[in-house]
Amino acid sequence: MSLIFFSIGMGILLLASFLCLYRISAGPTPPDRTVAIDILGTLMVGFTCLYAMYFNQEFYMNVALAWALLSFIGTVALAKYLEGRKFHE
Amino acid sequence: MNETIGLILIGIGLAFDLVGTIGLVRLPDIYNRLQAATKCVTLGTATLLIGAAVYSGLTALGAKAIVCAVFILLTSPVGAHAIARGAHIFGIKLWEHSLGDAYQDRQENQGSQL
Repeated sequence: MSLIFFSIGMGILLLASFLCLYRISAGPTPPDRTVAIDILGTLMVGFTCLYAMYFNQEFYMNVALAWALLSFIGTVALAKYLEGRKFHE
Repeated sequence: MNETIGLILIGIGLAFDLVGTIGLVRLPDIYNRLQAATKCVTLGTATLLIGAAVYSGLTALGAKAIVCAVFILLTSPVGAHAIARGAHIFGIKLWEHSLGDAYQDRQENQGSQL
């Protein structure tokens, strides 16, 4: 993977992340922010995968796996909070 | 050959990611934003991870990328469904030009809480 391809890919993901950050800061309702946080967590997995490929460090894929797990748990917890329920129901 | 296919898959995934987040910013309603962003970004990131697996072959990086892609394809729709249900119960109104609310109609017909 060449440096130009890596830079373009990272630039696209960075632009997408800034669009997500705009929606987090300007979203009118709480579910909008929750959706943007979920999408940002999924984008971070892509960041980490590109980084691991370019520097040929397979260790970073462990970070991507853990990030995907924690992002899913956080999304489900925020959705339960939006429903107005306790966590043991 | 494998490297070219992998790079093409990664490019497709990046394009889907960018289009999904543009939809997240531009669409008018929480439900529209949810369907645009979640579907596009899930498919884009899964394609990126599969492209990484094709690019690097059967190494530790490729195997972990495939596991991560399967996990994202399984869990992201579940999270999106939970957010949509939470937003509906939270009381977010639909966009004024939306055509119908099948979830609420079903609730009223059956008289159930779900």
